[in-house]
Amino acid sequence: MNVFEKMLSIDRRWIFLAIGIAVIVPFFFPLGLPVVVTPPVESLYDAVDEIHPNDAPLLLSIDYAPATLPELEPMAMAILRHAFEKDVNVVVMTLHPAGYGLAERAMLDAAEEMGQEYGTDYCFLGFQPGTSAVILGMGVNIATVFPEDAYGTPLAEIPMMEGVRNYDDIPLVISLAGWSAAEAWVYYAYQPFGQAVGAGVTAVMATDFYPYLSSNQLVGLLGGMRGAAEYEMKIDNPDKGVQGMDSQSIIHIMIIILIVAGNIAYFGARRRKKLEEAEAA
Amino acid sequence: MGTIIWTTIGAILTLSVYSFLYKDNPFYKFAEHLVVGISAGYYLVIYYYNFIDPNVVTPVFQLRLGDQAIGFGSGAWWLALIPGLLGLLLYTRFFPKVAWVARWSLGIYVGGYAGLGLSPVMQARVIEQIGANALPLTSVTNVLIVVGLLGTLAYFFFSMKHKGILGVFARTGIVFLMVGFGASFGYTVMSRISLLIGRVSFLLHDWLHLV
Repeated sequence: MNVFEKMLSIDRRWIFLAIGIAVIVPFFFPLGLPVVVTPPVESLYDAVDEIHPNDAPLLLSIDYAPATLPELEPMAMAILRHAFEKDVNVVVMTLHPAGYGLAERAMLDAAEEMGQEYGTDYCFLGFQPGTSAVILGMGVNIATVFPEDAYGTPLAEIPMMEGVRNYDDIPLVISLAGWSAAEAWVYYAYQPFGQAVGAGVTAVMATDFYPYLSSNQLVGLLGGMRGAAEYEMKIDNPDKGVQGMDSQSIIHIMIIILIVAGNIAYFGARRRKKLEEAEAA
Repeated sequence: MGTIIWTTIGAILTLSVYSFLYKDNPFYKFAEHLVVGISAGYYLVIYYYNFIDPNVVTPVFQLRLGDQAIGFGSGAWWLALIPGLLGLLLYTRFFPKVAWVARWSLGIYVGGYAGLGLSPVMQARVIEQIGANALPLTSVTNVLIVVGLLGTLAYFFFSMKHKGILGVFARTGIVFLMVGFGASFGYTVMSRISLLIGRVSFLLHDWLHLV
């Protein structure tokens, strides 16, 4: 067995181990690689930044489940911190049945950290099934879709919801989703009502959302953990997104090397085989 | 104390799932079955209390008991009952002789959603995209977008043989498609590694408090 064949027959568990080590090491020895903020993230940051303090609220739809938590929760935390720091009121809701506890956790953690008060600075509408019907219904009257908040208080009795009837009273909706919910906000909030919509999606989905960004149907876009890291840099509060970027960069370099090595081994082995066949003939 | 216990359970389950990378084993199987079972139970409860109870059970039964002032004249009782009954009809699929009845509910469901989605989806995915890609050829980026769009459309045009100018465009389209697939693959790698980073962060930070 020549060196190329050895490379091709390597037990893939060694690669898993190498990737595991490459992810773990930067947690103990951070490299502090630079994170450059890209225009889609800048646009979303600006859209949140332009909302008037203590006025019409930002609607944050935390539509993710545990499976996409590492990518999307840092986004939620960064956006909530930014909004709370600017005294922007935030309405939190979810369209994913498994998102209820995660949305509540992100909201309460950020609110406690930033000293915000429930009912006057933020509120939680909870979960409603039927994505498209919920989004369309909220465009007519939020109170018909969510008559009360997640804790049973009628919306009319929540101070920050006074005068908030539908999308006319909401300057920006941001959906953080690992499924098609963010697209649904474009279809059913932007298209029929002209509601400004921003999105934070998993990296897998990011390429599908650039067409909405380039056609101005989204005001901004966060793609995966990288998007979260960029937003954290914008608000000058590096957290889990930025922390993960060192590991991410090392793994990317590693995968590039593996792809190149795999190709060299494949073509090398093929060439060697042809030479051997020619010699035998 | 409770947090430590739950975090430790989470950590053990995380390690059980990743043990599959070495080889299939009972710990992985246990974690897998636990996820399926808990998810099914969780979704059932969430959907019942957030959907069936407030939209069907409460309006229909509380009116009968006189606990809720909906009023017969409003028709709310029937409005709540009709979709509830249509939902129940879906279960006729379990009885082969009357299984066809489930098609009524499905027909209404599919028709309703198709009607709701047709206009906004067409607008968002086709009309707006045509507008966004009808660009003046005044920059390299715009030229690349227009050439990429035309080339990709040419590749998926099957009514003529891909020869001559159409062939040139189709081959150009393949290049753009490959670049697109490459970008998607890169993003996919980033996404999957992010999940691993999240779990490692949980183990090292939340569980072991090492970082």
